[in-house]
Amino acid sequence: MSVLELRDVHRTHGQGATEVHALRGVSIAVAPGELVAVMGPSGSGKSTLLNLAGGLDSPTSGSVVIEGVDLGTLNRSGLAGLRRRRLGYVFQDLNLLASLTAAENIALPLELDGVAPRKARPQAEAALIEVGLDGYAERFPDEMSGGQQQRVAIARALVGQRRLMLADEPTGALDSQTGEAVLRLLRSKVDAGAAAVLVTHEARHAAWADRVIFLRDGVVVDTSVGSADAAALLETAG
Amino acid sequence: MSIRHGLLALLERGQMYGYQLRSAFEAETGATWPLNIGQVYTTLTRLERDGLVRGLPEHDGGQRPYEITAEGRTELALWFATPIAHADRPRDELAIKLALALTTPGVDVQSVVQTQRSATMRTLQQYTRLKKDDGELPWRLVLDSLIFQAEAELRWLDHCEASLVRFVPSTSPVPTAASAEEENVHERA
Repeated sequence: MSVLELRDVHRTHGQGATEVHALRGVSIAVAPGELVAVMGPSGSGKSTLLNLAGGLDSPTSGSVVIEGVDLGTLNRSGLAGLRRRRLGYVFQDLNLLASLTAAENIALPLELDGVAPRKARPQAEAALIEVGLDGYAERFPDEMSGGQQQRVAIARALVGQRRLMLADEPTGALDSQTGEAVLRLLRSKVDAGAAAVLVTHEARHAAWADRVIFLRDGVVVDTSVGSADAAALLETAG
Repeated sequence: MSIRHGLLALLERGQMYGYQLRSAFEAETGATWPLNIGQVYTTLTRLERDGLVRGLPEHDGGQRPYEITAEGRTELALWFATPIAHADRPRDELAIKLALALTTPGVDVQSVVQTQRSATMRTLQQYTRLKKDDGELPWRLVLDSLIFQAEAELRWLDHCEASLVRFVPSTSPVPTAASAEEENVHERA
């Protein structure tokens, strides 16, 4: 079963003369273990797509389905609960709450979900170790580098039962080496069974994806699937 | 890729015979440029003709080792000191193709751009996949070079597309053109 599915999704902003078709009939399915990158010029609908996938916006027509649940069938609190339990976000910056430590930031969504702090804490610490930040539990965001903060954000996005990560230019503020390390981590989390949608304008980062979707004017114009046959490619590189 | 200079660089470390050169070359470039043994021998023959390497007596096993000459060392030093000219890069064909696409009737330039973008992105994805297994530094540098080239091509394609939008209004979507024509008809009527 797909973790995320967009079925013939349309999103129109405004009405009449000021009507803007942000998305026009987009269908995408993302399976567990799959990283999908979305590229396109500004105004192509990338952000709208991510907002719809995250339940922050609803389609004018069509449906968004997360792990078998059609978001359109949920009431407000149902939607909020699903967002909290099933998916995590990673943004360009301002991912973490400045007044909470790394471990508290990661434990927060668990605690909001009713997990007791004494149970949430060990989960948060384990998640930190998984992203290579053993010993950082008590650090505050401003005591960590940009790359380390993004690692914490990725750990938080996938803590507990979450299997869908939505990332919006997660490497935007980082230098190229740190950005690559963040992508490697994201990739390894996906290889371990998560699903992720990555919006980026950096081709080098999108290239970590299994599929790259090109959006233009609200329509998927093309999809590039990396084949596993890298050896054949090298034959032709000379 | 200069196989000639690649072989000279390998021989600078000590004498080697054909098969050794081939496997050393491939190990060094992470098999990015596979050589066939014929290419190696043809190149060695030419290098010997030009006085840059010298063939030594055959081993018992029938393999003839080669060593680099003083002239060969000079040639190698010159190679390292000279920047690579990018005149014959395959991308030039792409530039020419796009330039011609602009002026050839009936060609959808945007789709030419997108077709290339998808293909280049696929290449980039495959190189990136190879990056997952951390290799030795020389191999990673070769791979990074290919990755940056592919990325540069994608950025250039984005640039082309942006230029198309700005400067060639005739390539705007068909419906707009059709409705504009309709309006003209109404005006004339």
